[in-house]
Amino acid sequence: MSDPPLHRALGLTDDELDRIRETLDRDPNPNELAMYGVMWSEHCSYKSSKIHLRTLPTQGHHVLVGPGQDAGVVDLGDGLAVVFKMESHSHPSALEPYQGAATGVGGIVRDIVAMGARPIASLDPLMFGPLTQERNRWLFEGVVAGIGGYGNCIGVPTVGGEVKFAEPHSANPTINVMCVGVAPVDRLVTSDREVHEGSLLVLFGASTGRDGIGGVSVLASRTLEEGSDERRPSVQIGDPFAEKLLIEASLELVERGLLEGLQDLGGAGITCAVSESASRAGLGVELDLDAVPLRAPDLEAFEILTSESHERMLAIVHPSRLDDVREVCARWGLASPVVGRLVRGGGLRVVMGGATVAEVPARSLADEGPEYVRSMAEPADAAELRENDPTFATITADPREAFLAVLSSPNVASKRWVFEQYDQLVQGGTVLGPGADAAVVRIEGTLKAIALATDGKGRFGRLDPYLGAAHAVAEAARNVATVGAEPLAITNCLNFGNPERPEVMWQFAESVRGVADACRALETPVTGGNVSFYNESGGSAIWPTPVIGMVGSLQDHRFVVRPAFRHGDLVYLLGETFPELGGSEFSEVVIGAISGRPPALDLDRERALHRLLVAAAASDVVSSAHDCAEGGVAIALAESAIAGDTGFAIAVPGDLPWYASLFSESASRAVVSVAPEKAVALEELAAAHGVPCAVLGETGGPRMVFDTVFEVTVEEARALYEDAIPRLLAG
Amino acid sequence: MNGSPRIGVVTFPGSLDDRDALRAVRFMGGEGVPLWHADPDLRDVEAVILPGGFSYGDYLRCGAIARFAPIMDPLVRFAARGGPIVGICNGFQILCEAGLLPGALIRNRSLRFVCRFVDVRVETSLSPLTEGLVAGEVLRVPVKHGEGQFVASADDLARVEERGLVVFRYCAPDGAIDDACNVNGAANAIAGVRNEAGNVVGLMPHPEHAVDPDLGPTGGQPMLASLLSRALARV
Repeated sequence: MSDPPLHRALGLTDDELDRIRETLDRDPNPNELAMYGVMWSEHCSYKSSKIHLRTLPTQGHHVLVGPGQDAGVVDLGDGLAVVFKMESHSHPSALEPYQGAATGVGGIVRDIVAMGARPIASLDPLMFGPLTQERNRWLFEGVVAGIGGYGNCIGVPTVGGEVKFAEPHSANPTINVMCVGVAPVDRLVTSDREVHEGSLLVLFGASTGRDGIGGVSVLASRTLEEGSDERRPSVQIGDPFAEKLLIEASLELVERGLLEGLQDLGGAGITCAVSESASRAGLGVELDLDAVPLRAPDLEAFEILTSESHERMLAIVHPSRLDDVREVCARWGLASPVVGRLVRGGGLRVVMGGATVAEVPARSLADEGPEYVRSMAEPADAAELRENDPTFATITADPREAFLAVLSSPNVASKRWVFEQYDQLVQGGTVLGPGADAAVVRIEGTLKAIALATDGKGRFGRLDPYLGAAHAVAEAARNVATVGAEPLAITNCLNFGNPERPEVMWQFAESVRGVADACRALETPVTGGNVSFYNESGGSAIWPTPVIGMVGSLQDHRFVVRPAFRHGDLVYLLGETFPELGGSEFSEVVIGAISGRPPALDLDRERALHRLLVAAAASDVVSSAHDCAEGGVAIALAESAIAGDTGFAIAVPGDLPWYASLFSESASRAVVSVAPEKAVALEELAAAHGVPCAVLGETGGPRMVFDTVFEVTVEEARALYEDAIPRLLAG
Repeated sequence: MNGSPRIGVVTFPGSLDDRDALRAVRFMGGEGVPLWHADPDLRDVEAVILPGGFSYGDYLRCGAIARFAPIMDPLVRFAARGGPIVGICNGFQILCEAGLLPGALIRNRSLRFVCRFVDVRVETSLSPLTEGLVAGEVLRVPVKHGEGQFVASADDLARVEERGLVVFRYCAPDGAIDDACNVNGAANAIAGVRNEAGNVVGLMPHPEHAVDPDLGPTGGQPMLASLLSRALARV
């Protein structure tokens, strides 16, 4: 047995090697192969996803910067911009949950900083296998501690996200993180800044070590199989204190106008940062590896080039500004060596020990990677799964027992155990934190606020990836509208299995089509995001899970709408309930089936509901609003009751059987409460928006009374809701 | 002079709630003065806040390195002259490390970071945060820390109690001391202590995150109002 050829060990195919030979007109040396290996990895090059991603709508009147830069940017008005992006750190977290999750936070925060914005909020959408398994508990506890351990140390509040559980995520937890920043529009560091030949590349922040070598290629662009633990050295180790200094130094450099460009070092390390900077500027680079501060003296060229050591940034600095830049870095205690300069032409020449160790066209690394049209096929079991619809099953369950089972299901139950480990308050802008429909963060010095929500609908996606993706967009927008904000734009993280399998590629294409259609209809363009493939082990993939990160704007944060009931209000259901139990929480928990058709989604109705919710908030009509999602109307009512410590009595609406009426997960619905004297105003507003609006009952008292079907005290419900996850963790 | 007291807020590398403390001071009508850890003096402020965060990453022990910052010399002299000093969270840890306050803060009983609104009971009006407040009053403020469990040797703890140095205790909403409300397992449910002279106080809860009614409970308002009035008396 001989070792595989070097290019294959680095994750490159034979065809890709031929392509490199063609570009260089010679054989690449090992350093060059390492650079192509990381830059042409699936993670960096999007080679399997690109042709699909191009179909996403990216334009809109709020969009200032769309996909292709470190993060997307939307206009908030009054000269302010919101910068946001989502990314995955699933593969590292599967091996080393604390550091994997921690460095995921660090990486996305630097993307925001690289645009010149101060990070003001993070959200963490997470999916794990069931907590009944010990290994899943280890992953869950480690990831949450890692997010807190890093996020809490850098002064960026964690204000939201979600946590879901499903068996296919046991081997491959899905760890996404979204970061949001704010900057004056005129201070944004976008790629259209003028960059000069002769300008210097300053690498500031942490030194470079052997951690994270090949993170993008060895870890993120392959499946995790037996023996994956040996890849643990590819997981980076985070230093949040260094990150905090890096944030402050970067923002000071931007504020003082000292930079021509700023780029974070993330996947593919210095190779990516340098080749992208050069390619965007239409220039070449001379990179001096001897100038890079190292953690170990004997790092080889390829290691320095591909190391993913965290807490590093690359600034493009005009020589006349160098002293000022170095003074700022020194005050924050950061090294700031000049490691290269921009030169005429488009070549990236790497020098070490006086010799040229690599020389390739920068564009070929950054922008001219391969692109694949992969074959697609609908999974063989798809039709059968959809046919077996629980909506038409015979339900013998006791309604009260069924309600309590759904309420205490880990997908539905309180995530307090998680979010209490996150600093939700630092920076003093958190109007609504985790647990609300959307987080709301006030913009300092204004009355404005932004609303943020993340949503993934893995179970729907399993049954119909197109609908699952469209539902994720719709729900994220609905969540933002529920607190009173106008949905503006999305970022996303597309989490899938191995794209070389036709079934996975079909799921991916269908999901992208769903995101595209929903974003077009709701006028929330896609400003960027991330694709995470290879989330599978032993041929078994995670559920196709596009996670959507929605940003909305509120003109006045004082008009924010919360989910909590108060005594003496009327309860209304906005929207219509259909017998749709396919892919529902009720179906999984009570019937034990993950099957059927996900609920239908009419995007025009959805949009009308959002407009109604925003109008109701702005005119101060409703006392509370809560979106109907997992667990349907029953859970929406219960959560509002628990949040407000106020019971209710309702008539089960419509002619449907109790389980359909209470637990269907029909789209485009929300539960709102209004003071009796405002009921007419709500009804008129709903009629004007063409949204069905039916009174369910009224709030008050210590009990939740569901018609004559069953009743539960708020206290009993709260205990179950709050204790479910701690109880599972106790083993 | 417009009569608004100048309150300095020290930024150490790794401080996180420094801007929030400055904002809260301004919200309450004071003038917030940013101070830098490497500053040689306190810029003639009338009171000083050491804010929350993770100074120097807290990699050694919370507050253990910050106590050696250049600004600590003038701060110690300021304390000796009776200047009002408040340490919040990491600031509390720094004051304990610097020997300006008794006791120490160790990892929470749960071994997990905790961010939550809690109730604290005022134990004495003899501190820069509780002047004008009555013992027994209950204030709602947030905590957010991983290492906030107050501990002290048996002798120190006895002295702290005997001399009335406890300023705040974690309590139930009605003021009762109940172990279920002791958010981090602190000895005697201690949330904040003062020095003998009554001019230096440290607490784990964050009054600066509880002043603006648009954002939630406002238990920090009377605390900071007290600090401002103590500072104003020195103008």
